[in-house]
Amino acid sequence: MSGPLLDPRSAPSFPKAAHNLLKDAQLRNNLHHATSVIQNKRARVVAELPDWEQLRLAGQLIREHTMAHLDAYLEQFEQNCTRAGGIVHWARNAEEARQIVVRLAKEAIAVEQEHGTTPAEILKIKSMTTEEIGLNGALEAAGIRPYESDLAELIIQLGHDKPSHIVVPALHKNRQQIREIFQREMNLPDLGETPEDLADAARLFLREKFLRVPTAISGANFLIAETGGVCIVESEGNGRMCLTLPRTLITVAGIDKVIPRFRDLEVFLQLLPRSATGERMNPYNSIWTGVYENDGPRTFHVVLMDNARTSVLADSEGRQTLNCIRCGACQNICPVYRETGGHAYGSVYAGPIGAILTPQLQQMHHARSLPYASSLCGACYEVCPVRINIPEVLIHLRHRVVEQETKGLGVLRAEALAMKSASRIFLSESRFRAAQRLARAAEGPLTRRDTSGARWIHWLPGMLGGWTQSRDLRALPQQTFREWWEQRNRAPLSNEQSGAGNVR
Amino acid sequence: MKFLPAKELRLRISLFITCYNDTLFPETGKAVVRVLERLGHTVDFPAGQTCCGQMHVNTGYWDDALPLLPRFVGQFRDSEAVVVPSSSCVAHMREHYPAMARQLEAAGKHPGLAATVDALLPRVYEFSELLTKRLGITDLNAAFPHRVTYHASCHGLRSLQLGDGPASLLRSVSDIDLVPLPGLEQCCGFGGTFAIKNADVSTAMLDEKLTAVLSTGAEFVTACDNSCLMHIHGGLHRRGCAVRTLHLAEILAGDEETAQ
Repeated sequence: MSGPLLDPRSAPSFPKAAHNLLKDAQLRNNLHHATSVIQNKRARVVAELPDWEQLRLAGQLIREHTMAHLDAYLEQFEQNCTRAGGIVHWARNAEEARQIVVRLAKEAIAVEQEHGTTPAEILKIKSMTTEEIGLNGALEAAGIRPYESDLAELIIQLGHDKPSHIVVPALHKNRQQIREIFQREMNLPDLGETPEDLADAARLFLREKFLRVPTAISGANFLIAETGGVCIVESEGNGRMCLTLPRTLITVAGIDKVIPRFRDLEVFLQLLPRSATGERMNPYNSIWTGVYENDGPRTFHVVLMDNARTSVLADSEGRQTLNCIRCGACQNICPVYRETGGHAYGSVYAGPIGAILTPQLQQMHHARSLPYASSLCGACYEVCPVRINIPEVLIHLRHRVVEQETKGLGVLRAEALAMKSASRIFLSESRFRAAQRLARAAEGPLTRRDTSGARWIHWLPGMLGGWTQSRDLRALPQQTFREWWEQRNRAPLSNEQSGAGNVR
Repeated sequence: MKFLPAKELRLRISLFITCYNDTLFPETGKAVVRVLERLGHTVDFPAGQTCCGQMHVNTGYWDDALPLLPRFVGQFRDSEAVVVPSSSCVAHMREHYPAMARQLEAAGKHPGLAATVDALLPRVYEFSELLTKRLGITDLNAAFPHRVTYHASCHGLRSLQLGDGPASLLRSVSDIDLVPLPGLEQCCGFGGTFAIKNADVSTAMLDEKLTAVLSTGAEFVTACDNSCLMHIHGGLHRRGCAVRTLHLAEILAGDEETAQ
């Protein structure tokens, strides 16, 4: 039912995956169009707020404070959620989280089946955390059929595809492609192609599930420590259906989702919708606390999952990654993401945030090409609503990769040798001069004159060939700056005299 | 210049040319010298200078970059002002030198390095920054009778916050036909070793930038960073386009030699 998992442990390296995806012109058109639309919407609504920068700072400070006291806030959340009638479970890793959710789902379905014939089905609200742990596969393996209720996730599920964006998972598909998926999978050969036609088809398909399936799984945008409440924001109302109609609700959340106080939502519910979808406010903001008699689910579970988040927390420089509130603004603005789309990152967390989060969640055992999947242009840092300095974390993770991969038979040994020699050259002016002269002599056979007589290099060996696959390189000039400087200062005019001579 | 600054306002400015400008773009250094001397300042060139270590740090070789910092400090610690015609090198120095200095000092080999770096960095300027922010220059009386578009290099734009500075200097140039570059804020795809490690994506980003450049009909692309320009020019040349690239300093130096 669900598509193949985006698993960083088995995904190809970023350059390899990107190489293939870049050939898909339709994909790149879809990406450019969709990211531009969201980016422009975001820029408009952000510009409306005179205190946007202060809001970002507030968001950053609240997140930093929360991470510094994460243990205390998690326990506070557990207490308050339990007091309100929720049941809190703790999962150390993905495996434990899957086991807990599958067990809870089975138990809920068994209770329903005592009251009548209920098929083994479950509703789902869009949740990247459940994608992270491959929950749908585990449910299917246990004989439970998950139905994604978010329109984009439904498209992904029906299309046997994978999410390519944390907020807009089907961003890489255009309307025509979505129509084809619906025609095929919903058996609607005559389906029209207007947005209304597609929404109608999805509505009919999903409403029937909302009314039939009494168990649901959600993620969480925020866990409120002070009240034990959970907050989910969304655009369609399908999430609200899943939060209110079923009798059992199971929420899976990373431990990084906690915020200290209810009033902190004042900051985050401004930052998140404007950054994520370019909306002033989300159409649906759901906050619930435990269970209520005759209203909403009667049984409510929260699974609090670590899955390597504490190891991220332990790294003082990488820690800020956990401040992320999953808005996806960095993906929309990223010139790398805009070319390749999310699948190149081999993880549900794509784009700049994925490039720093995924390798850390893998405890640097996998996804080690991701920290290099950035030109360090800094656009992500500029739009991040909680001011995560993504370029600096990328540099930090590159350093960690280098430390791992230059030992023993590490793949970066040759590069490390080159870097070490370069460093040694730069430590001595005479060695640097010698290297400059050597480069001039060595490049000779590679240079060709163009029609204007300038010398250019069109081919370089080894790794440097990456440059010449699409770019020429101007041959080195015959004189370096320092050689010119020395020649000039040997000439009769001194600095100041020659400067004065140039005054107009 | 119509008026030279009073003697006490004349600075002794040390040029940190950077390793790649020294080797690949000597004309940029010459232009910086020409512009600053024309303004009445004195330029010196500490002979032992080499590289700021940006490539090492950005590629993950932090440890190999560390020894380059004391070398830089040794060359420039007494300078009144340091000019660097490379926005990304200045960004690297500002973003990483304080932490590198503290790490070196904590290791016990360089007592006082952190304080020296903290005192030196505010005197280190990217070239256009020196003109607009330190020297308060608005017009260099340069002439450049060509159609030019300005590429805002990412580090200059976001890290140094150069803003309108470089473009305002260009607008003061006589006879220049300055056309805005669409998608000004988008990276050209260079990114140092990114251009090699992720050559395919880098090329896709470059293609977008080249399309934007060609749409302006400009004869020249200029920027505050020759590394972006090397990337853009290399792409243009491969595609057989005659558009050329020039560092901002070379346009502001604006004599007949460059304006040919």
